Amino acid sequence: MRAVLLIVQKELGAYFKSMLGYLVFAVLLFVDGLLFHGLALGGADKLSATVLTQFFNFTSGVTMIAAILISMRLFAEERRDGTLVLLYTAPLTDWQIIIGKWLSAWTYLTLFLALTAYMPLLVMVNGTVNFGQLLSGYLGLWLLGAAVTAIGTFASSLTRSQLLAGAVSGAIVTTLVLSWQLSARVDPPFDVLFSFLALHNKHFLPFMKGSIHVRDIVYYLSVTFLSLLLTRQVLAARRWT
Amino acid sequence: MIEVEGLTKYYGRVRAVSDLTFSIPKGETVGFLGLNGAGKSTALKVLAGFLLPTAGSVRIEGHDVVADPLRVRSRIGFLPERPPLYDEMTARDFLSYVGRLRGMGRAKVELRMKTVMERTGIADHADRLIETLSLGYRKRLGIAQAIIHEPNLVILDEPWSGLDPLQRRHMRTLLSGLRGEHTVLIASHNLPEVRETCGQLLVLREGQLVAQGTEDELVAQLGDDASRIDAPNILEAVFLHLVGPREVAA
Repeated sequence: MRAVLLIVQKELGAYFKSMLGYLVFAVLLFVDGLLFHGLALGGADKLSATVLTQFFNFTSGVTMIAAILISMRLFAEERRDGTLVLLYTAPLTDWQIIIGKWLSAWTYLTLFLALTAYMPLLVMVNGTVNFGQLLSGYLGLWLLGAAVTAIGTFASSLTRSQLLAGAVSGAIVTTLVLSWQLSARVDPPFDVLFSFLALHNKHFLPFMKGSIHVRDIVYYLSVTFLSLLLTRQVLAARRWT
Repeated sequence: MIEVEGLTKYYGRVRAVSDLTFSIPKGETVGFLGLNGAGKSTALKVLAGFLLPTAGSVRIEGHDVVADPLRVRSRIGFLPERPPLYDEMTARDFLSYVGRLRGMGRAKVELRMKTVMERTGIADHADRLIETLSLGYRKRLGIAQAIIHEPNLVILDEPWSGLDPLQRRHMRTLLSGLRGEHTVLIASHNLPEVRETCGQLLVLREGQLVAQGTEDELVAQLGDDASRIDAPNILEAVFLHLVGPREVAA
């Protein structure tokens, strides 16, 4: 655990020692704020619960983009700079390296999510916020973020180009999001399969409305674990080939 | 200390190292020689635990690199040709990070860091960002990270590459200082430096070991030709005799 925390600490330091770390934060918060102002607060008067639902809906999109941007550097940058050898030749298991890397990205994303909290708090000024919905929505964002950073970690292990890693994880995430659309256009039993795979509509929508289902939690944890397992396979394969 | 038996490594269908067998006793400084593509770096990466062998076995202090990788890696310090450094860190923070990554406690790292920085001559640059260091200092810092955890085996790939004559001299002194305390394995094309630094030599050709021994033992393989070669060029002649076209050596 000590080694994992050491990697997390080092990676978080890398995010905040570069301008890019702050820039990602600033741009994403700006975009999220604009969407909040335009989509959630704009238009006719709404119930606070509706505003909150809309906030979680677009923030889930921003969270996915943030998770891809944050995670694309994890392994790709180390491979490009030739520093992966430090981790590979240290007395660490592949799992320690992977968990450390992914956890750092997820922690950074958690900070981003914490900074978005001012928007639901603003709703409290003129309305009544249901704390159950608030907690449920943030739990959903947190789990969605865990899954997408894990997918990004996997994509980052495939290449030394951060841009390519971002494109690969973007493609995987888009495919999983769009599988919801696909489920409506295919015959059984594939409709059930594609519906189950849907990263957003099937599993996130209940969270933003205040419903927490075990199946959705299990889904996000499964995507996270599977992605990290694939990352482990990539790292192990690199030692053999 | 190091026992390598039948080590073979393929990259896809390309055989980089073929049936390599040798052993190195504790405390030796050994030079790994060979032309580009001879398999030196690949063999070193397997010894360092960075890569796993396709076939054969590598044992470091009795521990197998495949069966017991963490124990092996805790005993090894590795410096690849391009020093693996995090530019955004200071030299001090970097060494602290690497030391702790290799299982050292914070207090022990602090203590050891002082010794290592003085020994490698980077103490005056300890608080500078790594991105501002010259190649010479980057190489020194690379050596410092390789020895911070007091490994028994230090593996260095091309430690002299890219250094100017003064930096090469500093590096030679630094590497000579490692002798005795660590077993040191150095892969290099720089024959004069290898000659000065290493007691034993291993010569690779197309992934296979073609000679092993001291310089004198390798010179003896030249036979009568040895007497016709100037002393400063003798290692080069032996090297070319072993790995290159024979007419060049003659």
